Amino acid sequence: MSKDIFVVVEQRDGVVQKVSMELIGESVKLAGDLGENVVAVLLGHNIKDKAQLLIEYGASKVLVVDEPVLEHYTTEPYVKAVDYIVRKYEPNIVLFGASSIGRDMAPRIAGRLHTGLTADCTRLDIKVSNYQEYLLTKTSMENNPDKVNSLDTSDTFLKMTRPAFGGNVMATIVCRNYKPQMATVRPGVMEMPVRNKDAKGEIEMVDTGVSMADMNVEILEVLPKKEKAVDITEAKILVSGGRGVGGPEGYDPLRALAKELGGEVSSSRIGVDNGWIEKDRQVGQTGKTVRPQLYLACGISGAIQHQAGMEGSEFIIAINKDPLCPMMQLADLGIQGDLKKIVPKLTEAVIKYKQGLAVDK
Amino acid sequence: MKILVCIKQVPDTAEVKLDPKTGRLIREGVPSIINHDDKAGIEAALKLRDEVGGTVTVVTMGPPQADVALREALAMGCDDAYLLSAREFGGSDTYATATIIATALKKIGFDVVITGRQAIDGDTAQVGPQIAEQLGVPQVSYCEELKVDGDYMIVRRQFEDQSHLLKVKTPCLITCLAELNEPRYMSVYGIVDAYKKDVTVWGFNDLKDNLNPDWIGLQGSPTNVFLSFGKKQKDAGTVLENLSEDEAVQAIMDKLIERHLI
Amino acid sequence: MDFKLDKSHLLMQQLFRNFAENEIKPLAKDMDEAEEYDLELLDRMNKLGFFGIPYSREYGGVGSDALAYVICMEELSKIDASTGITNSVHTSLCCSCINSFGTEEQKQTFLRPLIDGSKMGCYGLTEPGAGSDVQGAQTTAVKDGEDWIINGSKIFTTNSGFADTCVVFALTDRKVPAAKGMTAFIVDLKNTPGVTVSDNIERMGIRAASNCIVTYEDVRITPDRVLGQVGKGFKIAMAALDRGRIGIAAQAVGIAQGALDEAIKYAKERKQFGKPITAFQNSQFRIAEMQTKINAARLLTYQAAVAEDNEEPFAPLAAQAKLFASDVAVEVTRFAVQLMGGYGFCREYPVERMYRDAKITEIYEGTSEVMKMVIAGSMKLK
Repeated sequence: MSKDIFVVVEQRDGVVQKVSMELIGESVKLAGDLGENVVAVLLGHNIKDKAQLLIEYGASKVLVVDEPVLEHYTTEPYVKAVDYIVRKYEPNIVLFGASSIGRDMAPRIAGRLHTGLTADCTRLDIKVSNYQEYLLTKTSMENNPDKVNSLDTSDTFLKMTRPAFGGNVMATIVCRNYKPQMATVRPGVMEMPVRNKDAKGEIEMVDTGVSMADMNVEILEVLPKKEKAVDITEAKILVSGGRGVGGPEGYDPLRALAKELGGEVSSSRIGVDNGWIEKDRQVGQTGKTVRPQLYLACGISGAIQHQAGMEGSEFIIAINKDPLCPMMQLADLGIQGDLKKIVPKLTEAVIKYKQGLAVDK
Repeated sequence: MKILVCIKQVPDTAEVKLDPKTGRLIREGVPSIINHDDKAGIEAALKLRDEVGGTVTVVTMGPPQADVALREALAMGCDDAYLLSAREFGGSDTYATATIIATALKKIGFDVVITGRQAIDGDTAQVGPQIAEQLGVPQVSYCEELKVDGDYMIVRRQFEDQSHLLKVKTPCLITCLAELNEPRYMSVYGIVDAYKKDVTVWGFNDLKDNLNPDWIGLQGSPTNVFLSFGKKQKDAGTVLENLSEDEAVQAIMDKLIERHLI
Repeated sequence: MDFKLDKSHLLMQQLFRNFAENEIKPLAKDMDEAEEYDLELLDRMNKLGFFGIPYSREYGGVGSDALAYVICMEELSKIDASTGITNSVHTSLCCSCINSFGTEEQKQTFLRPLIDGSKMGCYGLTEPGAGSDVQGAQTTAVKDGEDWIINGSKIFTTNSGFADTCVVFALTDRKVPAAKGMTAFIVDLKNTPGVTVSDNIERMGIRAASNCIVTYEDVRITPDRVLGQVGKGFKIAMAALDRGRIGIAAQAVGIAQGALDEAIKYAKERKQFGKPITAFQNSQFRIAEMQTKINAARLLTYQAAVAEDNEEPFAPLAAQAKLFASDVAVEVTRFAVQLMGGYGFCREYPVERMYRDAKITEIYEGTSEVMKMVIAGSMKLK
């Protein structure tokens, strides 16, 4: 009988990644709906001391696989170890972070186990009532309540919801006939659980039989991340400046904010025409068309030619002195005020917030 | 070196929308393209062939209209092409798709298989590794640089914060990122030649000796779509006036947190 | 009768369109302002086979047809008419002369590098005193032993600033009318003593194209460089122009469609009196008219190209296509500027360039007036 939710923990260079905590937090909720437990699977080398941390974030048990071959991630030893654990413990659900490691390992494991895997989920549900509420309040299904209300409420399969077609469409996937039900979950989407330093749980060392002989690739070198040329059309977050930034140095606070948010700086035409910023950062009809998750328009009045390049943005926040300018009307959130004062304070707030989130350093 | 490249024909997703009334995808008038990562895979394969010799064979699974994607690959310089197309294959999820493709690849034979990391319609990044699993060969995904060294491939493999330079023995499978290279254009010569060549079309019967019918198609797929839907219509925005700076910062922070933007 | 392009033509259209959009568009404005064509861009198109489309594989060409060439002209000209004319003069004027009238040796020596993408060609017919009326030609070629000595000058020789090979027409018998006393010669523009190419002539449109005066001063040409028969040059020149006109018609269709597409894109975004400009019925009706005219011009152009491919008489069709399409290009670009208002007049947007570029399609390779002469002539009205 398949039971329990297993979270395959991601560690890089011995540091447990935040997504793993998020997954544990989410799993605790799902496990509550099922009356099952959350088990963290920790793979690595000299990694055992991290197990307690996972318990403090909500795992009731940690399976630790500690082998020299698992020090750096390579596909086959990790796949073999997880495959062994799944066959031995028969979990109901296995979750991975949808990181470049999780998305490399999970499909191969699902393939070896011959079960289903849903990629890059942004929402997981067991309880149908929760799922129905989500459909009715957050999606286009609000227009189709009959269909939503007709869903079978006794369904305890994992309902894995993910974006497709570049985010224009959402799909909920189920895996009814194979076990375990597996998903990779997008980092930063599930809520970070609160750490409980007094939490207690079981830590079990597992010998999966993986060894150096399983390594079928050789790591020649660990290299720093490649510096990519800036392409504002690929940025998830754009902090964009207009006439209101006042000059070339006016973009500096915007750059600082963009850096903290993991985004890029862009500009309306005026900044480019005045030579304040490079042409390849211009958004608009004669610049680039962008569709970031967040477009933060700072001191941009929002001429129609500019709007043409950014109105497809998922969420628009505008900071402007003039509450009636077109950009403020277009924005999902318009803040009347002085960007020169608000932006640096916002940057500080972001830094502070991120520090509060830091785990395990 | 016998190089196989797996590609997918996808709708240009920036333009795909959901019909607000029916909830169905609006496919009409949406151009089909070769998936970006896959096109980088074609370019990588052609470069390998230019360097060490051999052939580049391009393979896709899809409806008969996917023929044009194969012709495009031929016009870029691939040597031959296979279209895996059958009603039995329809509705396959990533496991079932990988099963079908891997069966075909085994039949064709290969030294290296190159795929894109993920397709822009599904964004799963699962088919490449699952083909490798079924072929029983090592995989390296997220390839951002590729070289050949005798029987080995040297791959720069991207992670979020770093890269690994990996050495992997052939036969193997590599999944490419679009940023691996700048794919060449088709040539006009290539287009003329592409339509003089035959695209081999394989249906279920061509693969059935090594293909379990219970493991493919909609019925054989471990995962199924439970429900698909669109996002909620955007609400009208709010404009907040006369806030203090701290209130303004808080209002923005609330949204950033709510929308998981930090 | 089937009005659909076949699959290979559709794939070519996709190639030309993507290349123009991604590679030419970012350079078009700068090339126009610099009045200079980017030779690296030219080289890239050459390597992909853009400049040898209707010519045989036997000589290194693509081995496709006039229809494919026309689609290429249309797609390139949608983005940049200068690129269109650069291809047109090379392909349908220079190469077609050698392809149709050259000896085997001439094809191997001159046609092959022109169509395999390594060299560029041009065509020298027009003179300062001889435009529509070729009778005014002054350039002569005089026999000197076995050789010919050319003297004179040719104006508006497109591509001459960088071309390697020129088909030039000179009078070899001044005692008879030009139509009978003209001979075609193949000249290596870069390695022939006595040839001088002027700076680019300053023009209103297609400014990125190279267009110069080529002067021939005691230029010695060996007899193996005579193209076709002595005295048959006029026929060769006219045959090339018949083909060229289909290309110009396609260029005009491209310019018109490119301008209309740009203007529509703008007008959909641009709001006046509370709604997008395209929501006004006046705009809609005018756009509908323009698109209809462009489609009509395109069909005439494709019809002429297919007639050429089928080896049917196509000269009157080519003339009709050019006459109509060039008129449409001028009308549509004028409308496109108007639809965009002040922004249409600004150099930031490409329609002002397209408006300037459109005008020449009514003039070169036979003016609209000459087109009417050709069409009327074919109707046996006299």
